[in-house]
Amino acid sequence: MAAAIELIGITKRFPGVVANDSVNLVVEEGEIHAICGENGAGKSTLMKILYGMIQPDEGVMRVEGQEVRFASPLDAIAAGIGMVHQHFMLADQLTVLENVILGAEPTRSGGRIDFDSAEQEFRRVAEAYGLVVDPDDLVEELEVGERQRVEIIKVLFRGARILILDEPTAVLVPHEVEELFRNMRELKEEGSTLLFIDHKLDEVLAIADTITVLRDGKTVATVKPEEVTAHDLAELMVGSDLPTPEAGESTVRDEIALEVADLTVQDEDEREVVHSVSFQVHKGEVLGIAGVEGNGQAELIEALIGITPAASGRISMDGTDITNLSVRARRELGLGYIPQDRHREGLLLPSPLWENAALGHQTKPPYAKGIWIDRKGARERTEEIVAEFDVRTPGVDTPAHALSGGNQQKLIVGREMVAEPSVLIAGHPTRGIDVGAQAAVWDDIREARRAGMATLLVSADLDELIGLSDRIVVMLRGRLVATLDPKSVTPRELGAHMTGANGGADA
Amino acid sequence: MKRFGALPAYVRWPIYAFVAVFVLTVSQNLDGTDRLTSVTTAQSMLRWAVPILLAGLGGLYSERAGVVNIGLEGMMIVGTWMGAWGALKFGPWWGIVAALVGGALGGLLHAVATVSFGVDHIISGVAINILAPGLTRFLSSIVEIPGWSITQSPRVPGVGSATLPILAGGKIGGWTSPDLLGWIGRKDWFLVSDLADLAKGLVTRAPWVTIGALVFVPFTVWLLWRTRFGLRLRICGEYPAAGEVQGINVYKYKYIAVIISGALAGLGGAFIAGPELSGIYLEGQTQGRGFVGLAALIFGNWKPGGVMGASLLFGYPFGIGLRDLDGSASHALILVSAVGLGLVALSAFRRGRKADAGLALSLGALSVVWYLLSDSVESVWINIFPYVIVLLVLVFFAQRLRMPAADGEIYRRGEA
Amino acid sequence: MNTSTTVWRRILLAAAAPVAAVLLALVLSSLVLLVVGSDPLDAFGRMVRHALRLETMVDILNRATPLYISGIAAAVGFRMGLFNIGVEGQYLLAAIVAAHVGALVALPAFLHIPFIVLVAMTVGAAYSGFAGVLKVTRGINEVISTIMLNAIAVSGLVAFLINRWQSGGAVTGGVGRVGTEPIPSSGRIPDLNGFVELFTREITQGKRLTGVLVIAVLAGVVFHLLINRTRFGYDLRASGINPIAAQVGGIPPKRMIVMAMIISGAFAGLVGLTEIMHIGFFPANPIQGLGFTGIAVALLGRNRAVGAALAALLFAFLDVSSGVLQFSGAPREIVVIMQGIIILAAVIAYEVARRAREREEARTAAEALEVNETEEVVA
Repeated sequence: MAAAIELIGITKRFPGVVANDSVNLVVEEGEIHAICGENGAGKSTLMKILYGMIQPDEGVMRVEGQEVRFASPLDAIAAGIGMVHQHFMLADQLTVLENVILGAEPTRSGGRIDFDSAEQEFRRVAEAYGLVVDPDDLVEELEVGERQRVEIIKVLFRGARILILDEPTAVLVPHEVEELFRNMRELKEEGSTLLFIDHKLDEVLAIADTITVLRDGKTVATVKPEEVTAHDLAELMVGSDLPTPEAGESTVRDEIALEVADLTVQDEDEREVVHSVSFQVHKGEVLGIAGVEGNGQAELIEALIGITPAASGRISMDGTDITNLSVRARRELGLGYIPQDRHREGLLLPSPLWENAALGHQTKPPYAKGIWIDRKGARERTEEIVAEFDVRTPGVDTPAHALSGGNQQKLIVGREMVAEPSVLIAGHPTRGIDVGAQAAVWDDIREARRAGMATLLVSADLDELIGLSDRIVVMLRGRLVATLDPKSVTPRELGAHMTGANGGADA
Repeated sequence: MKRFGALPAYVRWPIYAFVAVFVLTVSQNLDGTDRLTSVTTAQSMLRWAVPILLAGLGGLYSERAGVVNIGLEGMMIVGTWMGAWGALKFGPWWGIVAALVGGALGGLLHAVATVSFGVDHIISGVAINILAPGLTRFLSSIVEIPGWSITQSPRVPGVGSATLPILAGGKIGGWTSPDLLGWIGRKDWFLVSDLADLAKGLVTRAPWVTIGALVFVPFTVWLLWRTRFGLRLRICGEYPAAGEVQGINVYKYKYIAVIISGALAGLGGAFIAGPELSGIYLEGQTQGRGFVGLAALIFGNWKPGGVMGASLLFGYPFGIGLRDLDGSASHALILVSAVGLGLVALSAFRRGRKADAGLALSLGALSVVWYLLSDSVESVWINIFPYVIVLLVLVFFAQRLRMPAADGEIYRRGEA
Repeated sequence: MNTSTTVWRRILLAAAAPVAAVLLALVLSSLVLLVVGSDPLDAFGRMVRHALRLETMVDILNRATPLYISGIAAAVGFRMGLFNIGVEGQYLLAAIVAAHVGALVALPAFLHIPFIVLVAMTVGAAYSGFAGVLKVTRGINEVISTIMLNAIAVSGLVAFLINRWQSGGAVTGGVGRVGTEPIPSSGRIPDLNGFVELFTREITQGKRLTGVLVIAVLAGVVFHLLINRTRFGYDLRASGINPIAAQVGGIPPKRMIVMAMIISGAFAGLVGLTEIMHIGFFPANPIQGLGFTGIAVALLGRNRAVGAALAALLFAFLDVSSGVLQFSGAPREIVVIMQGIIILAAVIAYEVARRAREREEARTAAEALEVNETEEVVA
């Protein structure tokens, strides 16, 4: 029997990088096959190639024994491949049914949609795989887990036999993950082949029949879950010679730099997303906040920066109550911020580097002189940053969008560090950047820590958290549920706390 | 409120209409005028409403596909000229065709700029609005039709009208059918006669373009919500990337939508220049109706029925103002506005929005004071009525309006 | 690093798109001229020769002055990603109020002129600021609100006020025009004929070069310094480029929106000065459309002070010189089409050029560094 998918020597180059370097992959029919790898290992590129969204430069693809060449997702769909995107491709204002049939609408004469037969087919598919959703609901009324089910139904509706799931658990809370896994097993029972991307190793080990590990765009191993441990997998993913963050000697001092007391934050719909959170960060300390994304970390950061007002509670910095201060006032008091999404929050992409370096510090010398911008001072300071933090750029007048992600991040880290903040909020500071830049960012944070900077580190990278932090607190559903010592905790224990799997405070 | 919103559209709209007429009738009796609900008022209202409706529907197609079209005004201007030119050169129906084509070309231009080249929708729309009057002026300077000057045309022939038989006394073959609505209207029954008069106005000597425009409203509902074409068009306005990964040619649907949009605006222009409204092409005669159409689209919450309701509402004060030389009937409208603001205040209060309620109440009180201290209203205030209404609607109901999620965003192929 | 060549390169790149747009407009309108049977070379030649006359230049500058100020007003909004479509209503309202109030008071010239200017700026700023307030407190898109406010100002408020305030108007150029009460001479800005004649010959045909030109130049300088050199301007541009990053960088988004609308409106208030301080009153049938043409000027001039000046001069030249087209048998209306084509072609050319530039910059940055970093390829 031919394999469901067979890839031989798939290579895809982008300007400056090789995203997929002669990738080989065999996915057997009716199995759940996991693809693991770090950010930037080339997983998403590979998925996009499989789904026809981009075309490989070299290599052969076979689906169920037939050699294929996809010009667009339509060809992939025709070949029986379906994709469940990480960011759901669903229109909020359309009904579930409308979203599902889109592009594959059963029609009567005159282009009329045959809603009756569409709904029948919808129910047939949904029931066959045990996926429960009301077809007449508007998508905006659905929970995240339900939306994912809609995405899966959408794929099955088109008769897909091979499903690609792109980091399906990233957006789910634990009980939704269980539900998803139950659905995935059911799909497998019904004869579907599933290929899914993940980098949460415990999940991969729990659900996959076969695991392929990608690193630097290459396939480094294909293993069975029974044969490996999470530790083995982690080593395969990162390689052995890669730097790991190491906090070194403790530099924690007695003075408290940042104190948060009973902080509660609400979202736009006035739902509480951070519940009465309290913690202190000392000078010279790195406090790590661990948690599955979507458990209130982003909102906590926003409240600390001052973008979202605190519903109740108190935030103070170096003894000053900053709860009601503006963002600018907080920054002028010495609050630094490395944003979690640098393109969205950190950069003016079309502007020159020196204007980007000034962002957040534009009220103070050397960037400003009275009411004027000090262009000379700002350029000089930016040149210092570029030199000191190893930002690879032709010059400080180069627009930020021309730089690679790692260099953009180094610029952001540099601009915050040269301002010598007393408190630094770092949200996923090394997300999506290369290994070299990652090590540089870690070094920078460690160095500033020695000088007395207090750091609040929010990260999804458990190694980063364990390696850099002096103390780790775990955030789950808007609450701090555990405080851990990074010296003794293992990634697995940390993961258990993050998902509430150890029973903890989570009911 | 929520339960009412859940009712189907065909139940809600008659209720809206009934409430509107009720408010008018009450105000009319308080004020002692009879013009608020007369046959001629209804007819003028409709006549003013149709171009707004056509522009609004034009906006609907475009924005449902995610392209903001403030170039409607320019496309409408092209429509006035082309409508007059086509009708004079080749005959009335060709005027309609020419206006549709002229508007559609304007839409095509907007689509090329916004869809293919990714120019900001507002910028492209502004450019079209600047281009259009120049173009018509130029065309006027080279056209060779006797009596056509640089700013105006000779009389434009129209495509005629029809009266509905039985209800309004229209003819079937040679037989003059009874005039049921007219008969009720003459009875002077409270509310019932008022309703009959308004209804008769709508179905008596209705121009074919008007009938076409009104029929186009339910057709649009069917086309956009019941067909494959409609679903695919709407995904372009809600989440184009989701459409593209399902193999839908987003650019194609956007092009089609914007071209339809321009054609409808052009038809609205033909209506304005035709005997339905003016009977003559006159430079600057659209008077911002393209923008009013946009306002109707917003007021109507990007839905065909809503756009129609808004158009009638906006057309209404013009319908009154037209024959209201002493400004007394328009004066009664202040009272209507006060009642309306009172209702808004009540609804805001019930939803717990006290500040809104207070604001609406004070504005309503101001209207009452204005009403009591004056005897007539200058026509300038009638002219700005739709704009004020839309600003008020936005102030009080902006959160409840739902524009297509990806409306106005520049979509590049391959972003998915 | 050879900075001067990069600077030249950038200027060339910046100029390529508008020049292409103007050329395209020339070609298209030449085609139209050929179709209607006149000689394009002859027509354009006449226009240029006409424009080289001193009196025509005065006309062009007089026409360019309000266009330029209007362009600056629009540009303030654009630089922050705000569309102030409402310049039209703002300047008409400001002008009529300033004309009326200016005619009521008696002050020495050094107070009277600033007083009128201030009133005009205040009215424009207030009306525009209202749209800003609606945006930040009620979330109403400024495009919609300024379109509505335009109509309310033009068809409502201004029409109402002109009925209230119109008097005999004044006699200009031997023709009586109806309008508001004339402003006494202490409140009018003297013409620049004397100054210009120092360098050239006498200006004939009764043409007067408006003194408001000085205000326009000042407005351009203030705009440039404010946007490019001050902290406020930095905040404004940053908010326009990336509102979220700007907010994270300590720039209060709501205050910036209101401030930008207020400043834009204050500039808009100056647009009508040529009318009221040069001619002396607000006419019952004012020139309309300056607000919309201003948007075109800003777009063509890429929202820069110098660019907008060139754009305003180009538009004014086309307007003023169109009169001579009839001598070569061409309809003068051809220039209105040219203006339209220039704008549309320019916005498309800018978009194309912007993409090309970004690709180019990314490529040179990558080449210069020989990056071998494996990241962000999956985005």
